[in-house]
Amino acid sequence: MTEASPRRMGEPDLGAEPMVIEIGPQHPAMHGITRMHAELDGEVVVSVDVDIGYLHRGFEKECENSNYIQIIPYTDRLNYVSPLINNIGYSMTVEKLFGIEPPRRAEFARVIMAELSRITDHLTCLGAMAMEVGAMSVFIWYVKAREYLWELVEEVTGARLTTNWTRIGGNANDLPDHFLDMLEERLKMVESVLDEGEKLLLRNKIFIDRMQGVGIVSKERAIEYAFTGPMLRACGVPYDLRREDPYSVYPELDFEIPVGTVGDCLDRVLVRVEEMRQSIRIVRQAAEMLPPGDYMNYDRRASLPDKMEVYGSIEGLIDHFKVVMDGPQPPPGEAYQAVEGGNGEVGFYIVSDGSGQPLKCRCRPPCFNFVAALSEMVVGHYVADIVPIFGSINMIGGELER
Amino acid sequence: MSEATPPPEGAAQPEAAAPADSPPELTALLRSTFANSVVDHHCQHGDETVIIRREGMLEVFRFLKEDPRCAFDMMIDLTAADYLPRAPRFELVVHLKSITLHHRLRIKVPLEEGAEEVDTISGLWVAANWYERECYDMYGIHFAGHPDLRRLLLYEEFQGHPLRKDYDYHVQQPLVPLRAVQERHDYEMVVEYPTPAEDGDGGPPEEPAQD
Repeated sequence: MTEASPRRMGEPDLGAEPMVIEIGPQHPAMHGITRMHAELDGEVVVSVDVDIGYLHRGFEKECENSNYIQIIPYTDRLNYVSPLINNIGYSMTVEKLFGIEPPRRAEFARVIMAELSRITDHLTCLGAMAMEVGAMSVFIWYVKAREYLWELVEEVTGARLTTNWTRIGGNANDLPDHFLDMLEERLKMVESVLDEGEKLLLRNKIFIDRMQGVGIVSKERAIEYAFTGPMLRACGVPYDLRREDPYSVYPELDFEIPVGTVGDCLDRVLVRVEEMRQSIRIVRQAAEMLPPGDYMNYDRRASLPDKMEVYGSIEGLIDHFKVVMDGPQPPPGEAYQAVEGGNGEVGFYIVSDGSGQPLKCRCRPPCFNFVAALSEMVVGHYVADIVPIFGSINMIGGELER
Repeated sequence: MSEATPPPEGAAQPEAAAPADSPPELTALLRSTFANSVVDHHCQHGDETVIIRREGMLEVFRFLKEDPRCAFDMMIDLTAADYLPRAPRFELVVHLKSITLHHRLRIKVPLEEGAEEVDTISGLWVAANWYERECYDMYGIHFAGHPDLRRLLLYEEFQGHPLRKDYDYHVQQPLVPLRAVQERHDYEMVVEYPTPAEDGDGGPPEEPAQD
């Protein structure tokens, strides 16, 4: 990383005291919830103390007082620009505890929705970062593309952001009949926006100058900070959980993992831009391979029975009653399952004591490590460089502070 | 330590699953190298887990990081769990990952109530720094030798540690008097903000909110 250099470019030493400023939490470039206590020498950052916690909602405490089905909507609120990935990660962990396998159709549907969420996540990150350095139109266009995808998500889940879509053993509902046609239409629309956006960003000298050589993290340092996702890949490490610890049906799909070379903000932009293309590729493949069948693997221990069953048979009614009143009760044990989120490794660590409520439900947030490393990344840069660096780590408050 | 006394009735006992007949490679390696430190192991749901003693845990972690057969270059996650009625009440849970050798390992360190202090591993993996701060914040576990053990997500005046099982879910924290932003950083120029009491209309600051 860059060494602390109080002065640059032959500035005379006037012997000034460092100036202390508080950036945020209300500053728009801090996304509203992070405070930086920065010490400056002129315009150069000497030290930064990052203060987080303004959006802490007590996710884990809430989980310990809820049953396993009630937690699924809480996970929407972790990374709220790609909620489906959190849903999937959580459900996979509970499925691991129960030993339930979702049907293949549900797996493919999950992959499609996860990749769409990854695109919305990257669009948000790139759009916000571009806006913060002055490229307003990119933000508007990317948000437009994000809206195309969220309408698609709404068709499937009934909500744009608070999806609450997966269940233990499958999904809440099947992909609608017209989904595949609509998907292809929307992907084409998104692709055209991506083309335009890439031109606006990567052929823009001002944008490149603001990004290039800023916020460099070396490969070794990134690994030591346990960076994952696009931040680590920008440093040149081809670490992607979809390949590293393959889960779901990813081994059957063909995609590439883009990596950067230097590990600066521009590399992070380029990695995200390429990942969106790869995600579209995965969605197309998965849509083609989408098998017929059931979208839910009903297990009487874990899932609510079909309504026809509940109203039509005594067993269904009792199963429904047990699951609603006691909650699903996985056998005692513990499980950790990680999925590749928009930002990196989203891991869930759940300890079950055999009761209806988890003894411990922990979410491992990927952007936690990035914000931890932030003070090291901005030291030695100008104050104005804090904005693209902070934008490039894609801090999502819901996930960071849970 | 953990196997000395059987846990009381109804207590959580996640490591109840019997150890596999032939322990996996990493577990066997740790067992042979640190026979005194390793208490137990299991491999539930395919997650390889080793339970080690608090004393000498730093050597185990150093071995895991530096030995070429382990090469755990990433500390993915650090957290704790509170098994309240059980005898070793807390458990420190660390998830490790090796990028070079592509394997994972979970290390658990049982901690007795009243002695919730462990050595920091932030000297080995810098990522542990903030995770340990969060763990201290939520569980009150002290990390000896940590460079900057402050609360992370909550504020300094917060009373108690919310993820402990005996922390009341419905408790309301007392109001904190308004403080100058720079106070805790101890600078020469401290801005004097008026406290609500001095304003005259704010009421006494220490009275808890009555909803």
